[in-house]
Amino acid sequence: MEIKKSVISILASNKPDVLARIAGTFSGRGFNIDSITANVTGNPRITRIIITTQGNQDTIIKIEKELNRLVDVHQVTDLTSLDLPLREMILIRMPMTGENHEKIMEIVDRYHGEVIETGSGYGILELTGKKEDMDNALSSLELLGIDDFVRTGSVTL
Amino acid sequence: MKLTGSQVLFKALREEKVDTIFGYPGGSVIDLYDELFHQEGIKHYLVRHEQGAVHAADGYARATGKVGVCLVTSGPGATNTVTGIANAYADSIPIVILTGQVPTHMIGKDAFQEVDITGITRPCSKHNFLVRKIDDLGRTIREAFYIAHSGRPGPVLVDIPKDILQGTLEETELFMKIHLPPEPPKEPIDEACAAALTMIRTARKPVIFAGGGVLRGKAVSELMTFANCIHAPVTASLMGLGAFPGTHPRWLGMLGMHGTYYANMAVSHCDLLIAVGVRFDDRVTSKVAEFAPHAKIIHIDIDPVSINKIVKSHVSIISDCREALQRLLSMAGGEVLLSADQTREWLEQIEKWKKAVPLSYCRSAKIKPQYVIEKLYELTRGEAIITTEVGQNQMWAAQFYRFDHPDTFISSGGLGTMGFGLPAAIGAQVAFPDRLVVDIAGDGSIQMNIQELATAVHYNLPVKVVILNNGFLGMVRQWQEMFYGRRYSQTEMKQALDFVKLAEAFGAVGLRATKPEEVEEVLRKGLETPRAVMMDFHVEPEEQVYPMVSPGAGLTDMKLGNLRRDAD
Repeated sequence: MEIKKSVISILASNKPDVLARIAGTFSGRGFNIDSITANVTGNPRITRIIITTQGNQDTIIKIEKELNRLVDVHQVTDLTSLDLPLREMILIRMPMTGENHEKIMEIVDRYHGEVIETGSGYGILELTGKKEDMDNALSSLELLGIDDFVRTGSVTL
Repeated sequence: MKLTGSQVLFKALREEKVDTIFGYPGGSVIDLYDELFHQEGIKHYLVRHEQGAVHAADGYARATGKVGVCLVTSGPGATNTVTGIANAYADSIPIVILTGQVPTHMIGKDAFQEVDITGITRPCSKHNFLVRKIDDLGRTIREAFYIAHSGRPGPVLVDIPKDILQGTLEETELFMKIHLPPEPPKEPIDEACAAALTMIRTARKPVIFAGGGVLRGKAVSELMTFANCIHAPVTASLMGLGAFPGTHPRWLGMLGMHGTYYANMAVSHCDLLIAVGVRFDDRVTSKVAEFAPHAKIIHIDIDPVSINKIVKSHVSIISDCREALQRLLSMAGGEVLLSADQTREWLEQIEKWKKAVPLSYCRSAKIKPQYVIEKLYELTRGEAIITTEVGQNQMWAAQFYRFDHPDTFISSGGLGTMGFGLPAAIGAQVAFPDRLVVDIAGDGSIQMNIQELATAVHYNLPVKVVILNNGFLGMVRQWQEMFYGRRYSQTEMKQALDFVKLAEAFGAVGLRATKPEEVEEVLRKGLETPRAVMMDFHVEPEEQVYPMVSPGAGLTDMKLGNLRRDAD
């Protein structure tokens, strides 16, 4: 059975230890979390956690069952097959000089990003978009030399 | 009316009809113990190690079907419960563990006797809580009980900071109301049941495989009705012993690594396996690819996680065992699904296997451990509540004592915790003061929670301990003999330990037998003495448990040792 990337959306009680429980279920049962995003929903008592992971069909079913068993988990949905828009954000700090400025802005504009901060000789870029686009943007910018970057987990609705 | 946290806690316990707690005091729970002084209606049993408290609550829960309760202090008191909690989790036993904690403002500051017990037990408990406000205390306790006994049962820990116990609260109507997320609606099972019935009607070699779920789900009489409805033989996992009478003609004995020859053969040749309340543990299935190779499998279990986890089922019924069996029986409309004629040939084949390789052992000048169990069975008429430790003692108990009634075999299955039997026996004895309760132990296991003998004597609990004393860590020694060229690395416990003197030091009665002729007399005397008794039987040191399915082998590939084998 083929290994595929999956996106799992979890609605859980908004309690301090719920994230630890979910992460613990993944690690304790030998599953890997590729990325994770968590934030409160419109109902302040409910948190939404979106996890991307990889596995074959059996593995994904197993993960869902294990998560459903947790007392604080209300609902688990495998969003992968629904082909929903999956978005990530990336912040990149890199040297911005007169020379590379044009090349950097060309990439930033291509992905509809913006420069959110500048300092002496450096800038911080913010880009959002599909995961593959973020991968490509990062590769392109890395060729121009970056200092550091941070990526969020994937979100979808 | 104003209540202290301690009073709220006891009120919640009374709401849950708790009348028995096993515990051990300490600084973080001293206020609770002070309140206990004024409480009537709850009896507290002081153990001698917190591990004993959890195992006693566990044994109590298994014997009664109720939720067992234990109470310990913070820090080392809490960490001492971890093995017991993991043990209850592995066997799905409903217990609530109340742990004291340092005051809320001290949490996370490496306070005296502080541990993150909710963090530590998160992976080995069904759920746990840290109470942060006194307003939450009452309902949290009630939620803990609900979670412990609902669905697939399990241990639930409630960590209670000292300042919460000392705080006060105005009693309101709703302060005990449970606030859990709504449970998902139960999946309808009619379609699966219909498919199962179709599968059953076409089978001619059915086997019913019962597990702990039948006992926890109180589905014993439904199982019997169902088994009669299809004229099928019945086997069980270690956890399912007692779900079907051990003296019934269609009982196959235990299945698996040390199961009977005929149970393993039956499952390996059946065309339909109806698995009720089991999780297909590796001690049962051995090599999964060769497990029940000719059978369609119907799997009834309350936990979706168990379905298709190890063994693929052809029909799965995700339900409480009792409800599922009732539904199957009602859909069958009171008709016999498989008649005696239809399964006659199959049952005759099973009889041949039973005659070919029955459970047996060779007599000798030394006491054989199997003989002790047989005699015990005879003298107790099979009516005792039996707890066991772990290893060879446990396997011989499972093989040679026949359990006709549910909740009379109390043994650590999933975790295999040495030291479980004595405190569990105490829990069972507390639950049933007028029944005979016997812990079958090895000389290794009994030392692990020996301090609980003091608890038994303290409360005049007349538990009997039968030690199959071979001077070895028996089961490991067996593996070293079979697979490691008899290299007995660190498994010999050459005896300087005098169990009779040890028993007497605790205030119990100590008896010893060193020859086969002495066994019956020692057992009789021990069983009849209305006090805690430890009986030390010096048994053959190198006896093996047979049959044995080696790890990685299929169930039909059994080592039979000296078991009598007649030509088929």
